Amino acid sequence: FFSLLLTSIMAGIGAGYDLYPTTFSPEGRLFQIEYAGKAADASGTAIGVRTVDGVVLGVEKLIRSKMLVKGSEKRIFTVAPHAGMALTGLLADGRQIVNSCRDEAQQYKRFYGQAIPGKMLNQRISSYIQYFTLHDSVRPFGSSVILASYDKSGPGLYMIEPSGVSYGYRAVAIGQEKQVAKTELENLDFTTITSREAVMEIAKIIYKIHDDVKDKEFELELSWVCAESNGKHEHIPEDLLAEANKVGKQNLEADQFGSDEEMEI
Amino acid sequence: MPQLSDLIGSFVDDKICYDTGYQAPSQPATHTTQPIVTGSSVLGLKYKGGVILAADTLGSYGSLARFRDIRRITTVGKNILVGASGDYSDFQKIQELLEEVVAEDYCLDDGRTHTAKEIHSYLGRVLYGRRNKMDPLWNTLVIAGVENGNSFLGQVDLLGTQFEDDTLATGFGSHIARPLLRNAYNENLTEEEARKIVLDCMRVLFYRDARTIIKIQ
Repeated sequence: FFSLLLTSIMAGIGAGYDLYPTTFSPEGRLFQIEYAGKAADASGTAIGVRTVDGVVLGVEKLIRSKMLVKGSEKRIFTVAPHAGMALTGLLADGRQIVNSCRDEAQQYKRFYGQAIPGKMLNQRISSYIQYFTLHDSVRPFGSSVILASYDKSGPGLYMIEPSGVSYGYRAVAIGQEKQVAKTELENLDFTTITSREAVMEIAKIIYKIHDDVKDKEFELELSWVCAESNGKHEHIPEDLLAEANKVGKQNLEADQFGSDEEMEI
Repeated sequence: MPQLSDLIGSFVDDKICYDTGYQAPSQPATHTTQPIVTGSSVLGLKYKGGVILAADTLGSYGSLARFRDIRRITTVGKNILVGASGDYSDFQKIQELLEEVVAEDYCLDDGRTHTAKEIHSYLGRVLYGRRNKMDPLWNTLVIAGVENGNSFLGQVDLLGTQFEDDTLATGFGSHIARPLLRNAYNENLTEEEARKIVLDCMRVLFYRDARTIIKIQ
């Protein structure tokens, strides 16, 4: 009873209806799921863009320690040869989602002899994630995922939240700076953008939204699944990654020193 | 007053059971006892810096030369070959398993893929496991690959027997071609020499083995 009292005092809005995902609040909200959403946004931003010939994923990987081996913390995973996933939030939760996604893709291939279409994979993963919002013996995933796929019907980009809700997108951002990233993404022309162009645009956006004051350094991780990669999901080639980093930095410098807009303090 | 037993009495009584479609088996359940569509020999020969495999493209249906352009050697990843003689449908199942191994490697994306030796072990365990369940995959497989410039050549059969050698031949070829390959083998064979030796052996097999055709892979 004491812990319950403590929680009600500290919770504020939640006030007792936020103990289990199986309790609705009087306004009809499920607070645990909303809090899971907050956990999912508590890491570096991830961006996905669907282009005319594929999908590009980019992640702002915040480097938490200088002693980390470069490239050892992956935030983008291949779930099937034709599909990839970018994570935010609690990465351990996210990796579970990746594993179950890989299982789904493998089972579908075993049964139907074909690569699982992106739409179906999205549905299955959404159902899986939503399952964890139905029981008080488990907790919702604290991770949002962006799913990129390339199948017979073309490129597909989906984003699944901890609530299990998912939509298809032309471009999407999740993580810390998702609002800023979304505003930037709205400037892109999705009817003509190619995957190579999208790589550069995402790099520029991530460099722009990165908060130098709050977080020290970051590493850019980019992947694509497109015509150029023969429909296979892979991290972009080394030289393209180097170029993307260069373009991102140059664009940032041009912005800082060249623009007439007021600088944010 | 009508009883429930009156209503159902017409189709349930002591002598008649519900027809669920299940019939007590008159014989015990059986599994693969014979191969149906079969492939003949597969030859393997190591040379300096590589391995060469050869097989004809025939799928025999008993004595009928039924499928005349099937592929009995498959690639696994970038530098491994697996060839099969024996039942072709079982080989197709093995191909699916190998595809899953490759897909898993691709997904993990950790800079390392399965080597030929590992695939050899894997297939050995799969085949041995099936043999112990009295439901074998009726094949003799040849696994070939190159790692760091070293050639690998190994065989696994339907009993789960696993071994490596410098020269291999399965099926009819194990009787006819193996001595020819062994005589011709030396450590410093070039690719052209190896190719010539293997082609000669395939020619002899075409002369002598009734279940071959002229087209080879």
